Amino acid sequence: MALVAGTAPSAQTAPRGRRPIWCLAAGIVAGLVVLPVLALGSEAIGGSLGLWSHLAGTILPAALADTLLLLLGVGLIAGFLGVTLAWLVTAHDFPGRGILEWALLLPLAVPTYIVAYAYLDILHPIGAFQGAVRWILGYSSPREFRLPDIRSLAGCVLLLSLVLYPYVYLTTRAMFLSQSANLLDAARTLGTPRRRLFRRVALPLARPAIAVGVSLTLMEALNDIGASEFLGVRTLTVSIYTTWVTKNDLAGATQIALLLLAIVVALVSFERWARRRQGYVSGSRGRTMQPERHDGLKGIGLCALGVLPVVFGFVVPAVYLAAEAWKRWRFAGLSDRLVGEAVDTLLYAGGATLLTLVLGVVAAFALRLSPGWTGPLIYRLATTGYAMPGTVVAIGVLLVVAPFDRLVDGAARDWFGVSTGLLLIGSGTALIYAYVVRFLAITAGSADAGLARVPKSLDDAARTLGRSAGGTLCAVHLPLTRASLAAGALLVFVDCIKELPATLLLRPLNMETFATHLYGEAARGTYEEASLAALAIVLIGILPVIVLSRVGRNPSS
Amino acid sequence: MRQMLLGLTTLLATAGTAAADVNIYTTREPGLIQPLIDSFAKATGVAVNTVFLKDGLAERVVTEGESSPADILMAVDAGNLVDLVDKGVTQPIDSAVLKEAIPAQLRDENDHWFGLSYRARVVYAAKDLDLAAITYEDLADPKWKGKVCIRSGQHPYNTALFADYIAHHGAEATETWLAGLKANLARKAAGGDRDVARDILGGICDIAVANSYYVGLMRSGAGGEEQVAWGEAIKVILPTFEDGGTQVNISGAAVAKHSPNKDEAVKFLEYLASGEAQEIYAKANYEYPVKAGVALDPIIASFGELTVDKTPLGEIVKHRKAASELVDKVGFDG
Repeated sequence: MALVAGTAPSAQTAPRGRRPIWCLAAGIVAGLVVLPVLALGSEAIGGSLGLWSHLAGTILPAALADTLLLLLGVGLIAGFLGVTLAWLVTAHDFPGRGILEWALLLPLAVPTYIVAYAYLDILHPIGAFQGAVRWILGYSSPREFRLPDIRSLAGCVLLLSLVLYPYVYLTTRAMFLSQSANLLDAARTLGTPRRRLFRRVALPLARPAIAVGVSLTLMEALNDIGASEFLGVRTLTVSIYTTWVTKNDLAGATQIALLLLAIVVALVSFERWARRRQGYVSGSRGRTMQPERHDGLKGIGLCALGVLPVVFGFVVPAVYLAAEAWKRWRFAGLSDRLVGEAVDTLLYAGGATLLTLVLGVVAAFALRLSPGWTGPLIYRLATTGYAMPGTVVAIGVLLVVAPFDRLVDGAARDWFGVSTGLLLIGSGTALIYAYVVRFLAITAGSADAGLARVPKSLDDAARTLGRSAGGTLCAVHLPLTRASLAAGALLVFVDCIKELPATLLLRPLNMETFATHLYGEAARGTYEEASLAALAIVLIGILPVIVLSRVGRNPSS
Repeated sequence: MRQMLLGLTTLLATAGTAAADVNIYTTREPGLIQPLIDSFAKATGVAVNTVFLKDGLAERVVTEGESSPADILMAVDAGNLVDLVDKGVTQPIDSAVLKEAIPAQLRDENDHWFGLSYRARVVYAAKDLDLAAITYEDLADPKWKGKVCIRSGQHPYNTALFADYIAHHGAEATETWLAGLKANLARKAAGGDRDVARDILGGICDIAVANSYYVGLMRSGAGGEEQVAWGEAIKVILPTFEDGGTQVNISGAAVAKHSPNKDEAVKFLEYLASGEAQEIYAKANYEYPVKAGVALDPIIASFGELTVDKTPLGEIVKHRKAASELVDKVGFDG
């Protein structure tokens, strides 16, 4: 493997003075994230283990197999798409590349449950696509001829990959862009043919970025309930859900959730262990890669190839939603509920994003300052929330927040004779808390990835010039990692807008987001009434994509 | 800290003005209860605040404890209502109005919960299919192999049906029946109850199991033209148990144990049992009203005379967990 040796910054660079404060701050952040997990743990321990003999004999083997196959399938397809496309737009130049570069992010705007519903409808035997196929083949009724049902594991893998590959694309492209051209040139000088640069140099160098992207993708896939439910795929996440809801066994559900968490932690640790001896530094600010220009037929062909995932992952579902929304609008007009929902959706997502960003930077910065065991441990703990299904995180947060609210309310009643009501839940703070727990891994990961590209010698220089750790962060690191941070923040923003289970469980009275509205309609089968809300989710999701494309273009800024 | 203080002051402010509100925690979809809430607010001047929780309503009320603002807990499926009682978050309501309006078998014997509407688990059949009557037992007949559509076996609508089957035939016979039904499925047990009508139109299956009110929602055109086509593609057969009637389930409500506005809460429940509200249940939601003398929607009436199965709701609830385990055991959703 062609790897760059670390520039070996020593751990003794900065004076020890201010570090404990950063570690303490990050420790508090980690504590806040771990608290709900601990609450769940105690719930799980309190339950009986009777469930497992039933599960082991019935659905557990199938659910495990389905879950692993789903992860494997999505990991492979989304990983392949993301990496290939990232290489396509960084190493090659062709007509339309500028637009394609950001258009490839558009599927991010489409939540998994929406893509599943849209394709189920479009590809249904009575839908437009099969109608056209029958017309071409000369059949008059779906009873004579129809294509295989999309409700299957394979269908689920394909649909999830179509909307999740941008996570890999985003992280990998940033890495390709920041790879110094010198390395590629060196490889070429040593006789590597251009077409093999990708496999021999760029790909191994981008491995950390790919790992981050693929694990984001897998967490999202693992978290999905909506699409799996539509498509009849029984994953562990679905089992958690039915154990809780249908069997009325919360303790059992948390036990399965902890098993799931263990699987994720094992996967992540294995990946880290596998590249334990490798230092990745690409901090040299040399020229970036010069893409190879293709014109004519070949250029158009490359462009067409790159456009395909955008068409299937975004254009098709978006056009479908727009058509449905248009029909609905003509049928029932524009509901004034939508305005209130827009305000709630944006307010909560915005607030949560800001907080998640700040706390993510704190966790990543503490990791940088304390490379021993404390930093990594704190960082790992602070990012556990992302590995747990949203439903489970939501219950965990509820188990932490509600007793606190009761305590405050009880104390206020005893001392002042007034009721505060539910302080955290009633004010929406509980929901923001849940978002932070769920998505902190995204901003912490982006901050960490960004910081990793800042050579530690810069820290030393700033510290020598008398800056404190915090001063260095503000004056040196934040400006240098702006692009990474913006990317992370925008992912969190879109995720908050799409988030469903925690929002459903923890929101205050009368608060409605686009996602909860959509779910409320979908739950009783009246999807059409929510098509406007669904379209709104997708449209809001586009805005960050556009911004993302702007800041992502120049990763060194 | 400042934010917390801000939150505190707003909360105190709202707590002051919210004295006469009714706060509803509901697992019923907002669209279904909004017309009822609107007409209640109009009739009484009492403001209504809602939060739609779907799953986790019980957990939330339990953990919120005495501080919970919830007055009314609304849910679909008798099992969910019984869960609320078991978790100790409801209180008995002694109301002559409710007792008079709601038949005894559709409410809790200890007055904790009250059924407000009910629906039947029926069979949809392709319009031109030569089939006039069917029993639930028949659904496992191998002659339907590859011709039946149904949603997830773990959905409460189905576990209630399977639990009723256990009440009639015992667990062993139910397992055999479930395995037979599973073998008859045309596609994975997934999606919703309207999807099965669409799948019948799409030629994927000939018969399907689904709730009665969806037919009204589809055929009335409330869901757009396409759904009218789905609804028109099927005919509804009211299935029965060989030794009983058609399985029904309820939607209902209870007053929360720590309800801060109990008077308004009771007023709200009584309103829901009134002729005016029951008509909304029948006309806007296509459900069967619980109050005698309230007319059915013509679409629902066209299914024919409904013979409600005699298994008490409480007994169905008891078999629910066993039913859910049988669903796992036969790999129904796999």
